[in-house]
Amino acid sequence: MSEAVIQVENLTKKFGDFYAVKNIDFEVERGEVFGFLGANGAGKTTVMKMLCGLITPTSGKAMVAGFNVFGQQNEIKKNIGYMSQRFSLYEDLTVIENITFYGGIYGLTNAEIKERAYRLIEMHGLGEVKNQLLASLPLGWKQKLAFSVALIHRPQIVFLDEPTGGVDPITRRQFWESIYEAAHSGITLFVTTHYMDEAEYCDRISMMVDGEIKGLGTPTELKQLHHAKNMDEVFVNLARKKEFIE
Amino acid sequence: MNRFIAFVKKEFLHILRDKQTLLIMFGLPVVQVVLFGFAITTEIKDASISILDLSRDHVTRKISNKILSTGYFKLDTYLDHEGEIEQAFKEGKVKEVIVFGRNFATEFESGNARVQLIVDATDPNTGTTLINYTSAIILDFIRGEYPEAGMFRPVALETRMWYNPELKSVYYFIPGVITIILMIVSTMLTSISLTREKELGTMEVLLASPMKPAQVIIAKVVPYMILSFINAVIILIMGKTIFGLPLEGSLALLLGETLLFILVALSLGVLISTHAATQQVALMISLFALMLPTILLSGFIFPVENMPLILQLIANVIPAKWFVIILKDIMLKGSDITDIWKETLVLVLFCLVFIAASVKNYKVRLE
Repeated sequence: MSEAVIQVENLTKKFGDFYAVKNIDFEVERGEVFGFLGANGAGKTTVMKMLCGLITPTSGKAMVAGFNVFGQQNEIKKNIGYMSQRFSLYEDLTVIENITFYGGIYGLTNAEIKERAYRLIEMHGLGEVKNQLLASLPLGWKQKLAFSVALIHRPQIVFLDEPTGGVDPITRRQFWESIYEAAHSGITLFVTTHYMDEAEYCDRISMMVDGEIKGLGTPTELKQLHHAKNMDEVFVNLARKKEFIE
Repeated sequence: MNRFIAFVKKEFLHILRDKQTLLIMFGLPVVQVVLFGFAITTEIKDASISILDLSRDHVTRKISNKILSTGYFKLDTYLDHEGEIEQAFKEGKVKEVIVFGRNFATEFESGNARVQLIVDATDPNTGTTLINYTSAIILDFIRGEYPEAGMFRPVALETRMWYNPELKSVYYFIPGVITIILMIVSTMLTSISLTREKELGTMEVLLASPMKPAQVIIAKVVPYMILSFINAVIILIMGKTIFGLPLEGSLALLLGETLLFILVALSLGVLISTHAATQQVALMISLFALMLPTILLSGFIFPVENMPLILQLIANVIPAKWFVIILKDIMLKGSDITDIWKETLVLVLFCLVFIAASVKNYKVRLE
């Protein structure tokens, strides 16, 4: 059973004469953990911004959660969650205040917020610290909480922009466990990352080099195709090819 | 609407949790009002003077008594001869020496009486004010006692201090203080709080939410608008109760104009935040690029009319200058909107320009 929740065809974004993103195509299916890889400046962030409805593409087609990135940005925003590498929570607010705030700006009713906040706090065992300022919590908890908060309005897709940047390996592993949990419940996860070992955790990945997608498939497929032992080699291979052509 | 309320609530929480912001917001106005109201005064009260009376007759005695009974002056000593004048100044005991010429009473009848006023002009402003005060008192005496005495009436002394007859400096400072405070609270705190969201990365999340960018900004600005307004009211009440500041014009108009100026300051804060990448940059821009010109060129301390032409021209692009005029006109002169519509229009224009520039910048940055 496959149902695409993100469909991208020939998507292009130009800044002046510069192609930040050039004719890319891909699809992401419901419940998939889709890794979006690439070096800095390869155009990852631009793609993500277009899919989140923050900027309008120059040309091409893209549907996110059934809505068009041309003109239906607001509908898209209601159906996606977003979490950046900087956790996006407020340190000077308490756990419960953070949850209430994000529930509020996604238009949940007070009753909904109350119920979901309760479940969320139960699930993560945050009962004792719910009235503490976020600043007093350990990093791992903050990150988990940030992820749960990004899910509070029950989005179809969650965009994670380098969610594990600057986090220790144990916390990273725990975080990936929560990502899988979310995927099992039918949420689609679109993850950008720098860590090539993390790429192996994804169902499928795409690799961007200079605004174009140079590799797309499951980690195993890509490794076979490039005769590589791990994703690191695949990445180096793709990046080298580019140098060679030049 | 619920989204909006949730946002405003969160913004208030930020402000209430941040001791520094609270201090700037509510401590600063009180300190400034007290500082400007009490410490920095250009008015004269109990200025020490000496009198060298070479005549010692009934007229000079009457004039001396009149001068000393006003409360502006306090007698240090009567001097005996001219040699003591310089001594008195050098010791720094007196600010002014009044010298009555010989045979004052008889010369007075014939119109040849002479009074010399010598002031310590190391502080020129005070010196000028002392001269003005003293001459006014003497002139007043002559008019009262000898209406027919024509000669002793230099035209230059014919001065009147309108609107602030006692030259109370606090009348000038309070409008200035309100302006500065609103500028600090509205512009600086708004620009910092907006850049903080950028710096923390929460801005991205807010933009990826269904809240529109304009909603985000308005929701962030509303709490500061409310607090600024409360602040302005506090300063006005302080001015009224502590310093007896008059309010000749309409209170509604005054509050309306205050709100308009708050909007100008807030939109300026938003504009700064679209330029500044970090809170520190926002602070620097608001503090140095903004506060200093506001204090110096708004006419709050130094009269703009006395400045070189180039500075006068620059002063025109300082929103505070126009607001200070509006405030003074409403509070001291009792002007209504027909008198100050030009200044009001200028403020409205500032507001529109700042908003337009912010929107433009904001779009560019998002790309």
